[in-house]
Amino acid sequence: MPIQYYIYLALALFSIGIIGVLVRRNAIIVFMCIELMLNAVNLLLVAFSKMHHGVAYATDKASTVGIDGQLFVFFIMVVAAAEVSVGLAIIVMLYRNTHSVDVNFLNRLKN
Amino acid sequence: MNITHILFWFLSALALVSAMMVVVSKNPIHSILWLILVFFAISGHYILLNAQFLAIVNLIVYAGAIMVLFLFVVMLMNLNKETEQQKNVWMKLTGVIAGGCFLVSTCNVIFNAQSVSRELAGKTALMKEGSIGLIGTLGKALFSNYVIPFEISSVLFLSAMVGAVVIGKKD
Amino acid sequence: MSKLVYLVPLFPLIGFLINGLGRKSLSKSLIGIIGSGAILASFVVSLVLFFDVKAHGGSVVSYFNFIDVESFKIAFAFQVDQLSSLFLLIITGIGFLIHLYSTSYMHEEEPQHFGRYFAYLNLFVFSMLLLVLGANYVIMFIGWEGVGLCSYLLIGYWFKNENYNYAAKKAFVMNRIGDLGFLLAVFWIITRLGTTNYADVFANAAHLSKFDATVITTLLFVGAMGKSAQIPLYTWLPDAMAGPTPVSALIHAATMVTAGIYMIARSNALYSLAPFTQHLVAIIGLATALFAATIAIKQNDIKKVLAYSTVSQLGYMFLGLGVGAYTGAVFHVMTHAFFKALLFLGAGSVIHAMHHEQDIRMMGGLKKKLPITHITFLLGCLAIAGIPPFSGFFSKDEILAAAYAESPIYWGVGVVTAGLTAFYMFRLYATTFLGQFRGTHEQEHHLHESPSAMTIPLVVLAILSVLGGMVGVPEILGGHHELHHFLSPILTTEHEHHIEHNVEFGLMAASVILAALAIAFAIGRYSKKPELNDANGFGKVLANKWYIDELYDAIVVRPLNAIATFLKNIIEKSGIDGIVNGVGKLVNYSSRQLRLLQSGLVGNYILIMVLGIVVFILIWFYDTTILRMIGKIF
Repeated sequence: MPIQYYIYLALALFSIGIIGVLVRRNAIIVFMCIELMLNAVNLLLVAFSKMHHGVAYATDKASTVGIDGQLFVFFIMVVAAAEVSVGLAIIVMLYRNTHSVDVNFLNRLKN
Repeated sequence: MNITHILFWFLSALALVSAMMVVVSKNPIHSILWLILVFFAISGHYILLNAQFLAIVNLIVYAGAIMVLFLFVVMLMNLNKETEQQKNVWMKLTGVIAGGCFLVSTCNVIFNAQSVSRELAGKTALMKEGSIGLIGTLGKALFSNYVIPFEISSVLFLSAMVGAVVIGKKD
Repeated sequence: MSKLVYLVPLFPLIGFLINGLGRKSLSKSLIGIIGSGAILASFVVSLVLFFDVKAHGGSVVSYFNFIDVESFKIAFAFQVDQLSSLFLLIITGIGFLIHLYSTSYMHEEEPQHFGRYFAYLNLFVFSMLLLVLGANYVIMFIGWEGVGLCSYLLIGYWFKNENYNYAAKKAFVMNRIGDLGFLLAVFWIITRLGTTNYADVFANAAHLSKFDATVITTLLFVGAMGKSAQIPLYTWLPDAMAGPTPVSALIHAATMVTAGIYMIARSNALYSLAPFTQHLVAIIGLATALFAATIAIKQNDIKKVLAYSTVSQLGYMFLGLGVGAYTGAVFHVMTHAFFKALLFLGAGSVIHAMHHEQDIRMMGGLKKKLPITHITFLLGCLAIAGIPPFSGFFSKDEILAAAYAESPIYWGVGVVTAGLTAFYMFRLYATTFLGQFRGTHEQEHHLHESPSAMTIPLVVLAILSVLGGMVGVPEILGGHHELHHFLSPILTTEHEHHIEHNVEFGLMAASVILAALAIAFAIGRYSKKPELNDANGFGKVLANKWYIDELYDAIVVRPLNAIATFLKNIIEKSGIDGIVNGVGKLVNYSSRQLRLLQSGLVGNYILIMVLGIVVFILIWFYDTTILRMIGKIF
């Protein structure tokens, strides 16, 4: 597939994630939108990885060019998992203190 | 229009629609379920790109572990759709416009900007072939070139675990 | 012998340090002894040096390099030669007498002020000695500034009186104007000749272009104008009367005002190369002489009369310098030092007796009460009036003769001035010492002759005033003019003209007759019926010093004040302050507004971030397009 298609798809998913973050006030939804954005990026990384691999693959079937991109995705997933565990803990804490998961309540941190 | 193309378009449409539903759904539970669907669609893309390992990991980690965690939290808090206060219309509109601007400008860059479009002209992603997405190949790279980041990520997990426990602890 | 020269300024410096640092603990008599003793010691050394120079000629003694930059060196060196050794004698000799006099005159002061006074006095003498001894213009400049500082300190000695402080400031500022000229001249010399040593400068003076020589000498003359009180910078000297009377005597006779004469006499090799400057010097000197003499006629303050007479006599000296009669000028410095110190100290004695009354209209008939003061003062008046065989006659006559040789007009004005001098001095004498006492009863009761510490200097100075002229008796009167021969190695004589003996006799007779007539008129006019009313008509103009102070006030001080006020009130307040406060207010206001952006609402932050990313992407990829669009808009 032309690489542009993947780029447009990833951008669209990413933008939807952004819009979700901007529009929703529920911290959990916001959080999910962030995950969505991460996944859009992951998809793009894999696509680029395969794009680079395709060039080398034409001459050498055993080439490992482009493997870095996929490993990056792997690490992003690792980090995302860690991030989600901490983030959800924070949200639970927020809920316990304010009985709400409204991100706008976070402005109380200001004072 | 072979099967790959059909699958590509189908999965893309599925991902986009599901992603929109994530944002639009009033009920957080529905959002989570839609998001799981997005992840499935993305995993499908990975399979199409012959990144089998990532497809599986994506399903296990994201759709399995993380989204279950979300579900747990939501259910734990017993959030109903009435409890979420909505932003006012203008704020929503601004958010949509801002996101739209982002989408338009970035797509415009891909489509129109000379430096970028020249770079990308004629490039394709290799579908269904290539061995880099296989567990064996990835594993070799992971335990040779990327062994230090891999080990460090275990420390990251440990600290995240400790952090989550400390934050979530009742005091 | 001349190795000892460092002792000459060292003694006053030590005296200054002891008196200045110990002024709170030393007793008054000790302070007086230290102060006077220091000057006496340097006088003794000066005498030794003088005779050494007389026998063996001068020399330059270098101590260390004061400034040492690559090839440019300025040595801290003293030059002992005929000119400087003569000045040393004048400064230390008369300075000592004035110190001695001061111990009695200032006796009513508190010990610490007494100590301060003597410390300043010693520092003054020290600075003057440095000025005279320096072997280059830079050392001279150190002394030059030193006397300026000391005059400021001493004129403002009674600093509790605001007017005296103004007078002190005026003296300082006027001197600064002149100092700038001097400084520029020194820089000019350095750029053209690369040295400031007198010997090198004068040896290479012939290499200077005519323009350079003229500029250097003119700038030096500007310095002399300030220090020696010539038009237009003379107004500080009469105001300097705010200081104690011995200080006036010191400023007018021994130190300070003679510095300008000394400097020009020292630089005579340069001046001889610049005829234009010589004419300028002569004309300024003559104008000052006449101008100050007219003012002196109508002054009623005993010290003011003497002050203007000093300005006038200094004009004479500059006339002498201008017409090339350097010896005559130096001669007149010497004789003037004698009789002007005498007159000032005499005036101090009168003021002392009158309990600080200085208005001559309140005096009169002091002849009997103050016999010694009266006699010595009379001798001083005769000397300044140029009556033979008193000292003033010889020196003044020498200058007048040289002026005649240059131009009869110079001579004419000079003689008129001499007549005026005789007139106002005897007006002063007659009003003060003759006639009836016009002061209060109490003052009359306390009238008394001054103590011996004051009268002894008067007597010594009177003897010097009478006999001082003998060192320069011209040949036509059967003398040898020893001073002329003594100074001839230093001062160029090529510009001195020689006139016929019978003409010279005629000139002498004319000036003496005119002076005698003026004296007779003044005594006849003022001894019985002194003018007690305020002057009116033209006399009022003279009494108000031709309104020169008011003129300076109008053309210099007020515009400056107006500019300063404008800058202070308009530029400073609304301009500078406005900008400074405006920046502060802008920052304050903008931060107050920007603070609202920190709403704490995460959504807002992200929104702004996203918009920022959008803008960034557009700029990054479409910079040329955007620039073109902006170009189209503007």
